[in-house]
Amino acid sequence: MAFEWLTGGSMPQFWKNYLSLFDIDEKNGLKRYVIFDMVTSGLDWKDDVILSIGAIGVHGDAVEVGDFIQVDILQENSTVQSVALRGVPVNEQNEKVVEAEAMIQFLNFVKDATLVSHNINLDVEMVNQALKRLGLGRIKNPLMDTNALYQRWKGFSDDTHATLDELCEALKVRKNDRHTVSGNVYITALLFLKLKRKLEI
Amino acid sequence: MKNPVAERIADFLKRFPPFISLTYTDLIAIAGQSKVIYLEKNQVLFKGGDALHTDFYIVKEGAIGLSVTSDMEETLIDKCDEGDILGLRPFFAKNNYLMTAKAREDSLVYGIPIVVFQPFVTGNKDVLSFLLQSFASQSRNPYDKERSGKLISENTIYNDQAADIQYFQPIKYTRNPITANPEDILKFIAKTMANSAIGSVIIQEDQLPKGIITDKDLRAKIATGLFPIDVTADKVMTAPVITVPENISVAEAQMMMLKHDVGHLCVTKDGTDKTPVTGIISEHDVVAAQANTPGVLLKQARRATRSKELKYVREKLTDLIQNSIDKNIPVAHISNIAAEINIAITRKAIEIAVERIGSLPPVRFVWMNLGSQGRKEQLLLTDQNNALVYEDVPAEHYSAVKSYFMELAERVNYALNKIGYEFSPNGLIAGNELWCKPVSDWISQYNTWINTPEEKSTGISTTFFDVDFIYSVPAIENILTENIAKSINRNKRFFAYLAADTLKNPPPLGFFRQFLVENDGEHKDSFDIKSRALEPLIDGARLLALSQNIFEITNTYYRFRRLMELEPKNADLYEECAEAFSTLMRFRTEVGLTSSSNGRYLNLNDLSKSDKVKLKNCFQPINDLQDLIKNRFSLTYIN
Repeated sequence: MAFEWLTGGSMPQFWKNYLSLFDIDEKNGLKRYVIFDMVTSGLDWKDDVILSIGAIGVHGDAVEVGDFIQVDILQENSTVQSVALRGVPVNEQNEKVVEAEAMIQFLNFVKDATLVSHNINLDVEMVNQALKRLGLGRIKNPLMDTNALYQRWKGFSDDTHATLDELCEALKVRKNDRHTVSGNVYITALLFLKLKRKLEI
Repeated sequence: MKNPVAERIADFLKRFPPFISLTYTDLIAIAGQSKVIYLEKNQVLFKGGDALHTDFYIVKEGAIGLSVTSDMEETLIDKCDEGDILGLRPFFAKNNYLMTAKAREDSLVYGIPIVVFQPFVTGNKDVLSFLLQSFASQSRNPYDKERSGKLISENTIYNDQAADIQYFQPIKYTRNPITANPEDILKFIAKTMANSAIGSVIIQEDQLPKGIITDKDLRAKIATGLFPIDVTADKVMTAPVITVPENISVAEAQMMMLKHDVGHLCVTKDGTDKTPVTGIISEHDVVAAQANTPGVLLKQARRATRSKELKYVREKLTDLIQNSIDKNIPVAHISNIAAEINIAITRKAIEIAVERIGSLPPVRFVWMNLGSQGRKEQLLLTDQNNALVYEDVPAEHYSAVKSYFMELAERVNYALNKIGYEFSPNGLIAGNELWCKPVSDWISQYNTWINTPEEKSTGISTTFFDVDFIYSVPAIENILTENIAKSINRNKRFFAYLAADTLKNPPPLGFFRQFLVENDGEHKDSFDIKSRALEPLIDGARLLALSQNIFEITNTYYRFRRLMELEPKNADLYEECAEAFSTLMRFRTEVGLTSSSNGRYLNLNDLSKSDKVKLKNCFQPINDLQDLIKNRFSLTYIN
């Protein structure tokens, strides 16, 4: 595995495309952020898997509603014990795809945008594990964590932790639809817009 | 793919007009291309004067204030809450935003691209009429509740309905347009267009419209060398031309242009190309009709052929001023617009007079508007004060030239009188032999005033330092102003007399801070706002501006603004003076409009308490200004 970059020729096309996006230094136009959230089978990134992943784009200072993706992942062992953990039902009616296809769709959507999520480290690690299972490298995108942004705005140290609900209270974001992937993504996107403005990012 | 975020937005939109009239599928499609924007309190969404955005907006949460801003004041016009739409201007106009939209609290707005929504506007009558209404009410400011009681306008009857409805009224367009035949040579068509100063010619055959040739065609097809210049019209015309029926409304005309992406519409008897051409509507007609009336008035003034039409323009200008005053638009801006139209009227009156005389002027000349017109502060129909300067001529031609200009001046004076500007009671008009003379005579006249400013003559001469040159010939204008500048420069005596004259006006307040009113005569017990409040400011501004060699600015407000720059240490005082002047002008104009007078006398009983306070606040800067003048021009010594 360690030498896979030497045999780069054998990597799948989508991955090559994804990597090539980071070769270009000059970026023009509005910066794109992708806010994402996922439902997983648990909190252990070694054993648990992604069940569903949703993401939406933010261009400059606006959420682009059309710039949206949601992928539900077909599970090989259907005895997924996840639901109770995050209290999120996985019953959105989207067609389910296998994990590999989901990663292709996700990375094609994300491109070279800055990834944003609440407690992003776990989420990104879940993605990295999925990519590892495909024999590919790690996510290359710049990352931003809404929790960290919030703590910075509040002037607390980075390791303080606040939940998404606490952020909603503090930043006055309505919590409708809180417990679906798309709902969480949208709420996180609004939180991000507000924090972005307050921190003048 | 299903997009739950878009569904959520569609669920919100469907509760509000105009989205109520659309299907849920359409709403999902619209929502899917929208964006969500967060605005922090006081964040600006768009600013007056900004280029148009590609989106219009719906408030999701919070409140957005719409205001008209100018460098001096910001007037809140409307507040948009949940479900209100704003930023509709791109649908209807191509020029920049007029208003500023600013979040009054933390807000979320949805932005919907105009291109996405456009098909629903043209395709759905309910949507169109809703948008038109919103647009009309937001851009023309329905009567603003917050303002009542602030100024004396509470006594004026507000009647702006006409302006709103105007949008749905038939558009004014060119009837019996210039047309050409398909086999006409392009070069001659272009010549006709140039001669008549028009941007398009309809190509007709047996009176039926076949096509149109516009500036754009000439630019794209001839100037680029695509076709030779002697090609026939049918080769280069744009066909078919979009036709519309007579009596189309401003709104409809605009929709047609947007729909077909054209700048001209051909009017025919029944709206099809099977009936004779009766007119042409250009984009300019649409813009003029909606970008509010100043444009139309200017156009009408420029196209007038008789003084009766100019009279109509002047009457409309009064309406416009009334509306602008009601809308609390800064007086300096209103004055600018009014001045432009007044100038256009004067110019046209001169042109008509030249035409009536039947021969061109023998030498070049300059028409000078003096006094309030010269200062571009004439909001009410006050007296006309003007003069005429013509080039020097050899002695043998003098009497012929002189009689030509005397006749011209008299005709213009009479025309202006008919239009509504009364003759000056002092005979200060160009038709007066004294004020219609060649440059050299004017120079010696000015020199007399400047070098021997006896009290008697300064009274009249000050008006001659507030000059606006119309029909200007730079050569004459320069000779005059340079000469004045030279003889005025550091002329202590002149300024001392001017200063004495400035301080001559009666004071506004008595010892007990009570208003000083007229003791007798027709206006017993009214307050003379002109001589007690406005004139001290006007005279002061003139004196200080001239002493600083400011000749190009004659407007009192702008004189103070310029003085602020030149004398930073007195900037505060000058700013107060400029503001006081604006406020006083507003009072005077409102009174004048209500009582159809020149607004000189204010009946104090008509003023509310807060108006009286406001008025009194204007007097302190006058006092301070007069103190400054006393010190600077060492008047104690002269007196």
